[in-house]
Amino acid sequence: MKKRSRAAAGVAGCLVAAALVASGCGSSGSSSSAPGVTKTTVLVGSHQPLTGPAAPGYSEIAPAAKAFFQYLNAQGGVNGRKINLIYKDDAYNPTKTVTVVKQLVLQNKVFAIWGGLGTPTHTKVVDYLNSSKVPDLFVSSGCPCWDDGTKHPYTFGWQPNYTIEGKILGQYIKQKFPGKKVGVFYQDDDFGQGGLAGLKQQLGPQIVSAQPYQPTVTNVAPQITAIQKSGAQVLVDFSIPAFTALERLTSFKLGYKPQLVVSNVGIDPTTVGGLLKAFSKGKANTALIEGAITDAYLPSPTDSSNGWIQLFKKIHDQYDAKAPFDGNVEYGMASAYTFAQALKNAGKNLTRQDLVDAVNKGGFTGPGLVPFRYSKTVHGGYGGGAIAVIKNGQIVVTGKPMVTDPSTGPITASTMKPAQPGDNGIVKP
Amino acid sequence: MSSIGTETPAQPAATEISGAPGAAPGGSTGRRMLRLPQQTLARNLLLALAFGVILYLLSESLSSFNNLRLATIAYYFTALAGLTVLTGLNGQISLGHGALMAVGAYATAILVGRTGFPLGAALAAAAAITAVVGVVVGAAASRLRGPYLAGATLAFAIGLPGLADKYPSAFGGENGLTVAPPTPPSALGATFPLERWEAWIACLCALIVFVLLSNLLRSRVGRAFRAVRDDEVAAQLAGLNVARVQVLAFVVSAACAGLAGGALVVVTQLAAPGAFDLSLSLALLTGIVLGGLGSLAGAVWGALALVYLPQWSDDIAHSLSLSNNVQSNLPLALYGIVLMVVIVAAPRGIQGALHGLFGVARTRLRKNPSTPTEEGA
Repeated sequence: MKKRSRAAAGVAGCLVAAALVASGCGSSGSSSSAPGVTKTTVLVGSHQPLTGPAAPGYSEIAPAAKAFFQYLNAQGGVNGRKINLIYKDDAYNPTKTVTVVKQLVLQNKVFAIWGGLGTPTHTKVVDYLNSSKVPDLFVSSGCPCWDDGTKHPYTFGWQPNYTIEGKILGQYIKQKFPGKKVGVFYQDDDFGQGGLAGLKQQLGPQIVSAQPYQPTVTNVAPQITAIQKSGAQVLVDFSIPAFTALERLTSFKLGYKPQLVVSNVGIDPTTVGGLLKAFSKGKANTALIEGAITDAYLPSPTDSSNGWIQLFKKIHDQYDAKAPFDGNVEYGMASAYTFAQALKNAGKNLTRQDLVDAVNKGGFTGPGLVPFRYSKTVHGGYGGGAIAVIKNGQIVVTGKPMVTDPSTGPITASTMKPAQPGDNGIVKP
Repeated sequence: MSSIGTETPAQPAATEISGAPGAAPGGSTGRRMLRLPQQTLARNLLLALAFGVILYLLSESLSSFNNLRLATIAYYFTALAGLTVLTGLNGQISLGHGALMAVGAYATAILVGRTGFPLGAALAAAAAITAVVGVVVGAAASRLRGPYLAGATLAFAIGLPGLADKYPSAFGGENGLTVAPPTPPSALGATFPLERWEAWIACLCALIVFVLLSNLLRSRVGRAFRAVRDDEVAAQLAGLNVARVQVLAFVVSAACAGLAGGALVVVTQLAAPGAFDLSLSLALLTGIVLGGLGSLAGAVWGALALVYLPQWSDDIAHSLSLSNNVQSNLPLALYGIVLMVVIVAAPRGIQGALHGLFGVARTRLRKNPSTPTEEGA
């Protein structure tokens, strides 16, 4: 008897302790019209793969955006408010994404989510964010699933829809390599499938083999062998950087040397070069991606004549110098710039609806080579890109900027005039 | 814990042990046997009711996010309680409990999402399905000992989530299966927070497991578990079918893990392989070791540790403003350090340490005649 009631008291003690611990971690309230907004600050959250398979390269994006916001804050912020970005690690694991995003919304009480990274991860929180009416701006993924403003009024993509990318790459392959056999190596989710849909639309029967991979299974030899056996002379990768590197090393071992085409997200030379070195213990480098064809919607990070690159480099050296200045840093800063512009356009009396309305209205400028597609119904980001190649381990934009839509619309030349950054990088309306 | 070993090995024959787990065994032999289980059941139900009231008041006062945390603690407790029965009381080690949670989670996701089962029925079915898987794993486990058993269950933990990738059309691949959040009944009002409802569901699962397991542990089945753990030969000589007792322990434990997996789906709305990787199985084992092996109170401590330790270490890592790489990996390191410290400083876990502390306090109180010597701390 004694033993039992003692155990019971122990359990009860545990529960009371749980109660105390739980209630002790209460959240700070805000006194403004919207959660996360005060007269002088606005709190923004994000989920990022700081560890795990997608961390190489991508883990630099959020620190770069934070650096951009710090720079902006030093200039007085946006509409008198300083932007405070908190980003949490989800390790590219959808279940963790659900947890950290709920934590950001319910505990940290963020005003909006910026740049949540990843297709398999972010798709799991879109419904939650929309039902909670949290602005979900500029998802770091070109999944076609962000494109529907009627279904998800609070979610907006930023980079080109993967189907648009697939169409532009597909058309180029069709023109440059007519009649050649094409193999596709793609991530088995909406990212890879979206890209494959665009490629299929342009290339049709030219695609002789399409092999999916799972981001947790690092042996890709079966897929590459199958593509090699199919006789493909052109290989298109819709892969994250780690898997571009794995594909390259596997192809090298198999003696398979097709013309390589890689989607924009999988080819940043610094990232892939670093991974190749790491995976091969220093034996391989960017030589394995030399000559690869890709597409770009931002100026090359090595183009020091570009005003945006100069601005981003300056901010990088001041606030984020530990990271290498590459396409990931440029991506983070450019996306942060668009976010700041949306905040500016939303006006001084900031509400969540104002921010969403501001993006729906569009009219953004920035470093992009092509215009955005935002409207009330279309929530996809950049509308296209230009063909680029890897030369001397750097991205070189070679083609004219092209725009299209994710359905069967034509691919046309972009008429947009490139914008210049404002004085001191102050965000222009 | 310490007194368990001194109890006489259970006497009933093996055929009686295989009775339904959870229910107080009926049709016992002696009068004493008839009386005790009923008292146990009543007491445990009363206790569960008291905990239920505490949890209800708690959930009412908590913010949405802390309700979500409460729900997480509850489903961890559900899994840990089952694992502590297996490892602490029956002496079988399992490195594959994360995979059993995955079975329950996928069963729930498929039943609710595809076939439109009501949630309660789906959770019960998830526990039942996982129990069946537990029979298979348990049958294999009962032939293995020590490191071989650990290795086999480890393989199970690594291999099973791979099935999701192997059959993406059935299990959604790495993307997993998404389930709509449970709708709070309209009687609770239109503004009733979803997170509180999720916490209620998870806590109810935890309470049910608490009642069933605490009954089971006081019954002859529980004594059989301990007898087999302490000395298999002696247990066999006493007429126990050792293999059958071991399988039964695995089944009970698997059913709890399955229910916990189902509750996880209720909380996260997602069954994806990423949630059930090896680190979950290891975390569960860590949880029962930290909490204190073999007691349900230890499982509560373990659940609290699994929820709060990663977060505190995360906070510490962030407050130190370290480089990105170190900052992201420090939480894991701190987790490991805490585990080592607890094992060295308090080998019987948090519950064992507290037990010791309260024991000292009680002896001191007894020595002082002016203080009432009533029991309990």
